[in-house]
Amino acid sequence: MTEADKTHAVADEARPRLPRGVRLVHNEAQGGFVLLAPERVFKADAIAAEILKRCTGEATVATIVDDLATTFAAPRERILADVTKLLGSLADKRLLEL
Amino acid sequence: MLAPAEKLPTPLGLLAELTHRCPLGCPYCSNPLNLDKRADELDTATWARVFREAAGLGVLQVHLSGGEPAARRDLVEITAAARQAGLYANLITSAVGLGEKTLTALADAGLDHVQISIQDSEQVSADRIAGYDGAFARKRALAARVVELGLPLTVNAVIHRANIERIGDLVEMALALGASRVEIAHVQYYGWALENRAALMPTREQVERAVGAVETLRARHHGRIVIDAVVPDYYAKYPKPCVGGWGRRSLNVTPAGRVLPCHAAESIPGLEFWSVREHTLADIWASSPAFRAFRGTDWMQEPCASCPRRHEDFGGCRCQAFALTGDARATDPVCHLSPKHAIVGELAAASEDAAYVYRR
Repeated sequence: MTEADKTHAVADEARPRLPRGVRLVHNEAQGGFVLLAPERVFKADAIAAEILKRCTGEATVATIVDDLATTFAAPRERILADVTKLLGSLADKRLLEL
Repeated sequence: MLAPAEKLPTPLGLLAELTHRCPLGCPYCSNPLNLDKRADELDTATWARVFREAAGLGVLQVHLSGGEPAARRDLVEITAAARQAGLYANLITSAVGLGEKTLTALADAGLDHVQISIQDSEQVSADRIAGYDGAFARKRALAARVVELGLPLTVNAVIHRANIERIGDLVEMALALGASRVEIAHVQYYGWALENRAALMPTREQVERAVGAVETLRARHHGRIVIDAVVPDYYAKYPKPCVGGWGRRSLNVTPAGRVLPCHAAESIPGLEFWSVREHTLADIWASSPAFRAFRGTDWMQEPCASCPRRHEDFGGCRCQAFALTGDARATDPVCHLSPKHAIVGELAAASEDAAYVYRR
């Protein structure tokens, strides 16, 4: 089994949330949104920030994708691919609960 | 012609050494050999000001460390001040001397993350390394409480000759404790560790096995726990970019308020450090002689000065360059391009099962 095979699956009905100890903040000096996590900091680009702002534990992945597709008038499949990739990789790093 | 002034970097992290007091005596302690005294420690209000100034500089995370930070009776107030300043508050603790009541109060004050050091996966060995009977049991108990409170937990395991064969057990223990992250941190040889080098240094074969073991464990536990490894640099080909580059990513405030580019920087003679008692953090970051000494690449000599990797590893560690060659501007001798590289091989081979000199 390769690492990719074991990556967290992101189900449509999952309600992603940032766990305690992981916070999305806007920081002027760092030039935008950053994701603060245990002993690490990730710069969040505009797309990642829009996705992560919606990971409140209330909205499902399907709702988040619909919302983003409407807000940014973008194809749903492309948004879904971005969301799945980001959330899966964050869950693998224990920075997101699905 | 005038070259445009290089833009001052924005720091990300502040290591706040709240005290040098610690109940443990680990022989690789990263504190300096000359410890700051309790009477000289900064007070609560000064730490709160330092945190506000750090946030103003762009710092995102503060690492509340020591010594043992829980030796401070105002740890809860200090943690609350860090959060009020808008910083991510990370507690780096031995867990000894940190009671459950204080831990709960810290969680309520907004503590974001806890890192607990564990010396080995076996109790007798762990307590012997820490120089403290009963430490292992207390660490495990507090780690469990951290997880119960819903705080994310990192287990920090410092690796050396006495525990290097049990990296797999250490990772299993971290998983069983509910940690989301484990640091496999090979000893870096400064300060107390340099003092104890012959008793701590593993063999090259042990290190190679350890690196392989970490790779296997990462694949096995992918998605369950993050394994961060700090390589033992005596056996590396290139040096590590110490603290992400001198005066580039982080700053360190000692218990008495001196601001250092890295925790070991005072081992380099002749550097002038400024204190938060006399200067603002922004002023120190921009102008203190110690921060300017090795910032960027202008200070470099050959082979660093023309090296294509100079912006990646910044010539390696200044403290190690000084400790091993006597010249803080020299290429870190860990680098295979250093003319003094042979020293490192000789030192790595010099091992002796001497008793530890405990940090006291």
